[in-house]
Amino acid sequence: MTRRSGRRWPNSLLFVVVVFGLGLLAGRAQADPIVADLTSHLIAIGSGFTGASVVLFGAIDSPGDVIAVVRGPPRDTTIWRKGKVAGIWVNAESATFASVPSFYAVAASRPVEEVLAPGTAELYRIGTAALKLEPKPPTTPETARRFADALIKEQQLLGLFGASPLKISFLGERLFRTTIVFPSNVPTGNYLVEVFSVRDRDVVGGQTTPLVVSKVGLDAVVSDFATREAAAYGAIAVVTALVAGWLASLPFRGV
Amino acid sequence: MDVYLPIAEVSLDVFLLLGLGGAIGFLSGVFGVGGGFLLTPMLIFIGVPPAVAVASSANQLVGASLSGVIAHWRRGNVDFKMGFTLLLGGLAGSALGVWLFTLLKRLGQIELTISLCYVLLLGVLGGLMAVESLRAIARQRRPGGVRRKLHQHNWMHGLPLKTRFRRSKLYISALLPTGLGFAVGVLSAILGIGGGFVLVPAMIYTLGMPTAMVPGTSLLQIIFVAANVTFLQAYTNRTVDAVLTLLLLIGGVIGAQIGTRFGTRLRGEQLRLLLALLVLAVAAKLAQDLTLRPHDLYTIAPEQG
Repeated sequence: MTRRSGRRWPNSLLFVVVVFGLGLLAGRAQADPIVADLTSHLIAIGSGFTGASVVLFGAIDSPGDVIAVVRGPPRDTTIWRKGKVAGIWVNAESATFASVPSFYAVAASRPVEEVLAPGTAELYRIGTAALKLEPKPPTTPETARRFADALIKEQQLLGLFGASPLKISFLGERLFRTTIVFPSNVPTGNYLVEVFSVRDRDVVGGQTTPLVVSKVGLDAVVSDFATREAAAYGAIAVVTALVAGWLASLPFRGV
Repeated sequence: MDVYLPIAEVSLDVFLLLGLGGAIGFLSGVFGVGGGFLLTPMLIFIGVPPAVAVASSANQLVGASLSGVIAHWRRGNVDFKMGFTLLLGGLAGSALGVWLFTLLKRLGQIELTISLCYVLLLGVLGGLMAVESLRAIARQRRPGGVRRKLHQHNWMHGLPLKTRFRRSKLYISALLPTGLGFAVGVLSAILGIGGGFVLVPAMIYTLGMPTAMVPGTSLLQIIFVAANVTFLQAYTNRTVDAVLTLLLLIGGVIGAQIGTRFGTRLRGEQLRLLLALLVLAVAAKLAQDLTLRPHDLYTIAPEQG
């Protein structure tokens, strides 16, 4: 229905947009080390939503590498570890991490460890290993590491953390593009796309672009209503179910 | 064809949901149980978050049960007085249940509680019902066997507030159905079930109601308890997915009508044996899941904010 994602764009149209966008950007590229933009700043989740993709494109002022980081809205996240108690598996231990990005993906023109000095990736929080996952309340560093690793693995299984960096491809030496794919369970909220220009194992420039993931149409109405008018929503849910049940019994009346 | 569920925040196949609703509705019509004890685990299995699965199942039950009651009522198989007596306890019980659900969710133990309750309840009830119905079938095959007394007297018949339930041909204390309703109400909220699979055997064996009256009467009280659970879950936990519910209902209400017609052709004992086997199978599966080492030891519980 109202899927305004990158996927719906025909490839030829997309190409025109990208080239035209790059042309515009090239004018500014003299001043900034890097300029970049997205084909769409809104991912609209409608009733037919099965995931979406957005093209990130841009230009750098002189040959080098590009790294992009996509970060979903931060949330407090609890992870449980099961243990065997009296013969059955129960949630035994837990750790809560503050402000974990609900979505996290990295795209790079070459493997991050090849183009960046070790400390730099950590400084710019590039890569899941560089995410500062601090449990609250604090635990022993060893426990914290164990739960943080499990959290990253679980998020990767859910498709919310990229398991390996996406590929950024160059058109010539200056123009670059990559496709960021979002699964159907993508969390809603305000996303940030950071793009870094990298030269001589260091970050020489960067730009941040916002991206909004939002429910639209009937789905937005339903979920807004369920949150704001919880009592009325509950009552309507009950009445709707009753009407549906009653309607269904009508055709069978004479039997 | 996929559809996006706004509260569950996942996309699922429309026909999978319709089919699931239909299958559960059929069982509901045959046995007079809501089928929630199968629906909730199935929803979790196909990827709906457990909290949303429990609350939306309850919502689905409201519609499916109404449709079932209408079908049974046309055959004169609903004891309204008994139904509303059960309900008095049921409403209080479901309110307590939703409160417990919220508490257990915060402690991270809601899934364990759900599984343990299922294993215990289903195992015990399924076993009892299987034994009893097998005996009944065996007795019929041996004509001239010892006839049971009409009913046995025990401590339950000494309770006050004795009431006559004409349709069920019973003269028992009103405290019995009220207490039963309360227990079922608590389970209903925690497990996302109507409690039919507890209620049906309890009404047959504890209250001594005629088997033919049980499904319709049990469904009658389930309508109200499930409505109460739906409202409270939507209000406190915001976990009722209306789109999911509606899809399950469309399949479910049709399945229930077919099931009711099918159920009237089966004999009481056979019906009880079938239900017992189904209940035991679910219990065995859940018990296995609890004792085997899980594939993945870790689970994520996102918090709002």
